[in-house]
Amino acid sequence: MLTTDRAGGAALGVIGLVVLVESRKLPLGTLHNPGPAAMPVVLASLLLVCGVALVAAGGGAARLAAIGWPEWPHAVAIFAVCAFAALALERLGYRVTMSLALAFLLGVVERKSVAFTLVVALALALGTFFVFDTLLRVQLPRGPFGL
Amino acid sequence: MLETLSNLGLGFAVALSPAVLLYAFAGCVVGTLVGVLPGVGPLAGISLLLPATFGLDATRAIVMLAGIYYGAMYGGSTTSILMRIPGEAASVMTCIDGYAMARKGRAGAALAIAAVGSYVAGTVSIVALMFLAPPLAEFALRFGPPEYFALLLFGLLVLAYMSGGSMLKALAMAALGLLFGMIGIDQMSGYFRFAYGVVELGDGVGIVPVAVGLFGLAEILATAGQPTPPAVIKPRLRELLPSRREWRASAAPIGRGTVLGFLIGVIPGSAHIISSFVSYAVERRLSRRPEEFGKGAVAGVAGPESANNAATSGAFVPMLALGVPSGPIPAVMLAAMMVHGVSPGPLLIKQQPELFWGFIASMYVGNAVLLILNLPLVGLFVNLLRIPYPILYPAILVFCILGVYAVNGSVVDVWIMLLMGALGYVLRKLDFETAPIVLGVVLAPMIEMALRQSLAMSDGRYAIFATRPISATLLAVAAVLLLLSLKPLVTHTLDWRARLALAEKGEGHP
Repeated sequence: MLTTDRAGGAALGVIGLVVLVESRKLPLGTLHNPGPAAMPVVLASLLLVCGVALVAAGGGAARLAAIGWPEWPHAVAIFAVCAFAALALERLGYRVTMSLALAFLLGVVERKSVAFTLVVALALALGTFFVFDTLLRVQLPRGPFGL
Repeated sequence: MLETLSNLGLGFAVALSPAVLLYAFAGCVVGTLVGVLPGVGPLAGISLLLPATFGLDATRAIVMLAGIYYGAMYGGSTTSILMRIPGEAASVMTCIDGYAMARKGRAGAALAIAAVGSYVAGTVSIVALMFLAPPLAEFALRFGPPEYFALLLFGLLVLAYMSGGSMLKALAMAALGLLFGMIGIDQMSGYFRFAYGVVELGDGVGIVPVAVGLFGLAEILATAGQPTPPAVIKPRLRELLPSRREWRASAAPIGRGTVLGFLIGVIPGSAHIISSFVSYAVERRLSRRPEEFGKGAVAGVAGPESANNAATSGAFVPMLALGVPSGPIPAVMLAAMMVHGVSPGPLLIKQQPELFWGFIASMYVGNAVLLILNLPLVGLFVNLLRIPYPILYPAILVFCILGVYAVNGSVVDVWIMLLMGALGYVLRKLDFETAPIVLGVVLAPMIEMALRQSLAMSDGRYAIFATRPISATLLAVAAVLLLLSLKPLVTHTLDWRARLALAEKGEGHP
């Protein structure tokens, strides 16, 4: 039976294997004089062992199919907005990026009215820029036309 | 004793200067807000607000961040009592009897007992911190790389042992965190590890994007699509005074919670969560009427709330004296101090006494500010909970992105936060604890460096760890803990960690 522990253990085991393979590109050193790959190899092996143990002993955990994912549409939308912010932050500047991200979240995802969306998105984006960049002198990125 | 008091005088001279006082106050207010808001715990709160302290000198910045930390611990109890939603993880136990008291019309009394208990515990444990940290730092001057390696390994194993739920899962999470900490330039050889051409990863994966991703973004991803929280019970100001019977019932639990919380706080692990759990269990066992627990027992609020605040100060002992974080929150505080050019450790007290003692004194001031702030203004903080979550979470998200970007001015950190958020969301769903990952990221470079320096000192002989008394003792205790954790596998019984996990899920009492 596929349980949460078994699924998690399998994923951790795969990560351990990938790190072991990738560590081959680095010098391992010796037992008495470990190289840059030594610690990652030890940790990846530990992760692999833990993963295998979880797969072996994880039969009693909750069934994977029993987990509800009702929030997934929201989660995907928020994840996409964050990815957009990461891509646009240094291209469009903080104020434009955040205004667009907030407008999408409030207007499209949460279906708030246009006026409310515009006011909140602009107030938050411009307000946080003013507090952090202007008052606290935390350098935030500017986009085209100094926006 | 006299020297300590004279040093404390120096500290108060720093802490009571108007500017430092202002930042302590600001930290406490922001911390309380962070604690009140469900989903933004002290860890994410400190990480998000770190950039706001960049323009400040080290003392003001650290005083403000510490204010956020214990303000969040105070604020966390408000939502637990009024909504049965823990503002942060350590308030889980307060939900049980705090909310039951609120439903009986004693919300104000429960809030007052939680605030007074937190104040007493916070203040008494600072006295203990003040007397314990300097001698411990003196002792730590004898530590070389083998002792630090043993201490860090011991800390990680204790963290895994003290985490609720399966130790195997906690160990796996610690190993994953340590692996994340391996990314970047190897300090001994100069090799780039797992950076795949991303120059920004040369310095390694930062603690702030990892903490904000795993605790801030993951929480938003998991809760934004959920139905809105239940209605808030709003207490009236005149109901805030507990009755004489309630004061009497809370006195001893506050005392016991303070001692327990401080001692557990010093030990590595998610100290404030465990301390509130242990305190609740102790109070229930000692009570003449254990059947009242779960139905509004005063001791069920006073004990855990005192314990989690005492643990907050306790956690500062190893961080300030040894430079070793005992949990994810001290790990972020340590990183924050380093950003401001302060290196916590044995030499901090000697080299920067005004910073250390100013910090200690500001904690006294902060606790008093929080007591004054929390009781009369509770209605104001509760109003924040009336903002619908669909409006609140986009605002929190803005602070997540802003806070993470501003630390290094790097978009790579925003991507790391994003990946950690997705990882944290999936791990939450699969019931894996993410706190060991954060600690692993911080400890990885320290532990590797200590190991390799130790081997360089001993010509590659591992016996160096067994021949030096401090490291041998620490490793022996770590081995005993490892064996203890295997006991439930042999006896097929629920140990205290399994019971803690059940209690956190609300499936049973400890």
